[in-house]
Amino acid sequence: MANVALDPHAAVVSTASGGPAALTSADGTPLARALARSQRRARRRAFLLVLPLLAFILITFVVPIGQMLQRSFYNAGFSANMPQVSAWFAETERGTDPDDAAWAALAADLTAAAEARTVAMVGTRINYDLSGTRSLFTSTGRALRGGIEPPYRENLLEIDQKWGDPQLWSVMREASRPVTANFYLAAVDRARDAEGNIVQVDERQRVYTMLFGRTFWLSLVITALTFVLGFPIAHLLATLPLRKSNLLMILVLLPFWTSLLVRTTSWMVLLQQQGVVNDLLVWTGIIGASGRLQMIYNQTGTIIAMTHILLPFMILPLYSVMRTINPSYVRAARSLGASSWTAFRRVYFPQTLPGLGAGALLVFILAVGYYITPALVGGSSGQLISNMIAMHMTSTLNWSLAAALAALLLAAVLVLYWVYDRMVGIDNLKLG
Amino acid sequence: MLDDRHGDAFVAFEHVQKSYDGQTLVVKDLNLAIGKGEFLTMLGPSGSGKTTCLMMLAGFETATHGEIRLAGRPINQVPPHKRGIGMVFQNYALFPHMTVGENLSFPLEVRGMAKPDREARVKRALDMVQMGRFISRRPAQLSGGQQQRIALARALVFDPELVLMDEPLGALDKQLREHMQFEIKHLHEELGITVVYVTHDQGEALTMSDRIAVFNDGRIQQLAPPAELYERPGNSFVASFIGENNSLPGVIEEFQGDKALVRLDGGGVIDATAVNIREKGQRTTVSIRPERVEFKPEMMPPGAHTIEAKVAEVVYMGDILRARLAVAGSDNFVMKMRNTIGQTRLEPGQVIRIGWHPQDARALEPTA
Repeated sequence: MANVALDPHAAVVSTASGGPAALTSADGTPLARALARSQRRARRRAFLLVLPLLAFILITFVVPIGQMLQRSFYNAGFSANMPQVSAWFAETERGTDPDDAAWAALAADLTAAAEARTVAMVGTRINYDLSGTRSLFTSTGRALRGGIEPPYRENLLEIDQKWGDPQLWSVMREASRPVTANFYLAAVDRARDAEGNIVQVDERQRVYTMLFGRTFWLSLVITALTFVLGFPIAHLLATLPLRKSNLLMILVLLPFWTSLLVRTTSWMVLLQQQGVVNDLLVWTGIIGASGRLQMIYNQTGTIIAMTHILLPFMILPLYSVMRTINPSYVRAARSLGASSWTAFRRVYFPQTLPGLGAGALLVFILAVGYYITPALVGGSSGQLISNMIAMHMTSTLNWSLAAALAALLLAAVLVLYWVYDRMVGIDNLKLG
Repeated sequence: MLDDRHGDAFVAFEHVQKSYDGQTLVVKDLNLAIGKGEFLTMLGPSGSGKTTCLMMLAGFETATHGEIRLAGRPINQVPPHKRGIGMVFQNYALFPHMTVGENLSFPLEVRGMAKPDREARVKRALDMVQMGRFISRRPAQLSGGQQQRIALARALVFDPELVLMDEPLGALDKQLREHMQFEIKHLHEELGITVVYVTHDQGEALTMSDRIAVFNDGRIQQLAPPAELYERPGNSFVASFIGENNSLPGVIEEFQGDKALVRLDGGGVIDATAVNIREKGQRTTVSIRPERVEFKPEMMPPGAHTIEAKVAEVVYMGDILRARLAVAGSDNFVMKMRNTIGQTRLEPGQVIRIGWHPQDARALEPTA
């Protein structure tokens, strides 16, 4: 009580009740409210200043990503355009054979969809899960333009025998519910069989888990390589005299100022079988003319090119941390009897960990989502999961699967971030 | 005399030179012998080469020329971690990612000492600096003075015979610095270690040292115990660098043994002791400490020459009174008087006559 009453102008302490007294300002309003009022103006102005950025981020980042993620578990391509048969699916058990009501509903929906010109959209949705069915829907839609008479089952089967395929009906049942986990199942090479059990897809179609594995493994290798290559450079940068270190810094940053495409194509020029490196190796006789190395259009190419491109992201955080490490720490360790290796290992290296953590996290996260470089120099064995996402976005148009793959990638990165926080502590991160 | 000591000196610099750029010498022909158990301070302005000398001794810089010996053994080619020299750094250099205990344990670990021995040693070293309670703290959780003590304990924990200190008290406030000065001095006496201490603070140097080497321009200007350095500076640089000092330019008029009569440029003749001036008619700068200037005739030796002085200002400083006088054309002559009960109070404008014992006025080479 005594210390709050020290300044009689600012606050009056009411001590009438003997309980904990509420502080009031000189004119009797509660102190908390007076403080809030006095700061409101500054807060409002600060908010207005960041408002444009907030709106920008909301419109260009949060909303599109949110919509994209929504597609990964919500796809109304079938249910919205085929309402009657969707209703029949909802009423019947899984595994029920289609009865007359089902065939009638299907015929009515297909006729309506053909008229509304949405039958191709429905076909695309079914085609995600059962390839070759898009044409079934479009051709049936064309045939139904003149209308259809009962018996619907026979007439539809006459248009195309495939309508009797139980797998097609099972797939349509799955697609009839707009909210579904099926895209996530597909993203981990799983699917539902006719009984609704989750099973692995056919061995030849299992690509995504392998690609996830390859993406994380290659990212790990690239992170390790950037560390091995970047650590000495960062140390040199931090210890050289200013003029020389500035020059070196320009060399480090030079890749940033060159177009990504130019850098990647120059790797092609260097690494291809008739390229500079191979020519040099043959010329010096290290390898024979018939033994030219395949260094590009495979995993090696992806690793080399991505390590080069991501190197600055490792060097810069390391440099910014190393610059702050006083050389007297290592000197102290040396004077205390540590050999230069022990001084490095026990004293210098532990102090660079915040920069190393930041650099590794940065490089790893960027590598996991890298797209252009593996697409250009990766060949088939150097493709990463992001190339598959791009393929589903641009050529198969299965955006829901693309969204599910992207969501899994995002989740994996977030988990990694969490693990890093638990192990090293995110407060120890130093980006610059 | 120096050369005689080199034989049994604990630390010896012999004709050591150091250049960083191949153009200029930072250390020019350094010869220095430090005895075992001695507390030697290297004192000088920044850029005088004192820290470079310390770094060469520690092994972090190599001598461009000359030899450095430790206990009779040349150590020019010995890497720092094999010299067994304890060192205290200006910024303490406590490893931030280790606790106090780990910091102290580090030099013992790298020497391969067993854990129970290490723990006993660490505890003893921490108790020596009264920091036993802080063994599990991190350096960032300690105050500057506490970090200083830990750094000291770490430099001593492996029982080095030689400890180097590079401005170890520079970052502390005045009171703490004075306290630590005595503590370091006591540790030095208790442990019988040899200390080489670098500082630019002359007060610190005078308080702690057995001998002080005053550095300037890459050379030792004077190497002497504190009292001799203060009372009998060997040249104008030492006289002006150590303590407050009045300098009066003039010409030698006459020699009487060591004594010299100096005719001041601003008029008047004074008594002085010739130091590094040998010829009649030579120009000289006479240096006198402010507290050795007298204005009462009974305090001066009989027959002393006096000169006229006009009081310009008197500043009350508590323990002393500091008078600024106009003497021989300069109005920056300072006289200090003890603030005793019977002390005469001078008034500005008052004209007095000042004089001194001849041994307190030192006729040195002329300053530029």
